Amino acid sequence: MPNLKDLKTRIESVKSTRKITKAMQMVAAAKLRRAQDAAEASRPYTERFNAVLGALSASADGSDAAPRLLAGTGKDDVQLLVVMTAERGLCGGFNSSIVKLAKARIEELKAQGKTVKIVTVGKKGREQLGRENAELIIEHVDLSDVKNVGYTSAQDIAKGILSRFDSDEFDVATIFYAKFQNVVTQIPTAQQVIPASFEADAEASNALYYYEPSEEAILADLLPRGVATQIFSALLENAASEQGARMSAMDNATRNAGDMIDKLTIEYNRSRQAVITNELIEIISGAEAL
Amino acid sequence: MADNVQFDLVSPERKLASATVSAVQIPGADGDLTAMAGHEPTILTLRPGLVTASGAQGDIAYVVTGGFAELSATGISVLAEMALPKEEVTQEVVSKLLDAAKSAEASATGENEVAAAKVVADLSQVASELGLSA
Repeated sequence: MPNLKDLKTRIESVKSTRKITKAMQMVAAAKLRRAQDAAEASRPYTERFNAVLGALSASADGSDAAPRLLAGTGKDDVQLLVVMTAERGLCGGFNSSIVKLAKARIEELKAQGKTVKIVTVGKKGREQLGRENAELIIEHVDLSDVKNVGYTSAQDIAKGILSRFDSDEFDVATIFYAKFQNVVTQIPTAQQVIPASFEADAEASNALYYYEPSEEAILADLLPRGVATQIFSALLENAASEQGARMSAMDNATRNAGDMIDKLTIEYNRSRQAVITNELIEIISGAEAL
Repeated sequence: MADNVQFDLVSPERKLASATVSAVQIPGADGDLTAMAGHEPTILTLRPGLVTASGAQGDIAYVVTGGFAELSATGISVLAEMALPKEEVTQEVVSKLLDAAKSAEASATGENEVAAAKVVADLSQVASELGLSA
């Protein structure tokens, strides 16, 4: 039988754990709202951007003048995986699910005899991928100092990737992140960014536009921005997913701590009762012995 | 009085304006233009400069650093890389932008050098239009 004092300390410690997880849950809820607002605010831009770029690339695709970012290098031998995860843990399966998806892709590509290069964004992804594939990681982007992801962070990441593309370091780039569906569900997603693929919406591509300067010049200007925009929305989705995952993980933890406190309290009361009964027996048998 | 047209100014981080206006001045990469209702469908790239929307509430100016604009008969959408209402642009903001542009110019080579120098020049122009030092 564990002694009473130990049980009491145990209960106290679980109680303070519960306080922490509860606080984390509430912080995550507030941050989630902010992340969702940010994602909402970026939507008009991304939608219009993709519509315009879709229309442009539909007309440029297939022609010889199509920029490399759109047409690709004509090979897919060297694959760049950009794995975007969180900087912190304690958010349920969020980081692991992204890493798992990336790992599956790495194995698949390796089996096909392709060269794989990895850029990690976020500490957690680097840690997890580094265990098996440390030699593949060519760059790590640290966002731990960035409080709210902004477009500039996305631009910096995009710039790094684009300069690698220009120097022919890879043929195909894919980004990995988690799409936010709701607080309990985040879907790990892989999305190819280079060569760019856009869903051309039929209506937009039918409209005839004047281009100033030329169509090619605009496309050449927009495609690198498209990469940044895609990375930016992935970062925003990721931020919302992370907070959502953390919120539900911490909600579970809080509930578990509550259950544990109940169980421990029952055990504590039982032991206390046992101690009292014991003492009574001792007194009574002492009195009888006289 | 000319017809009114829907005007949207969005940056990746926020939607800055959505209003019905009569005309919008846009700093196009090949030169400024003023778009009004019934404009031919056009897509143009922007250079750093001032986007000015003139409507019932008077003129509202925004500083943009680049991006593109989509004009059609029914709407004008400006998709700026970075956009701020003119009032929010302080000396600090301008200096920061200029510093970034200058360092980009310093590291640019070949064709990009000209483009980078143009960005610096355009930004200085914006600064002087706002009465700030470049």
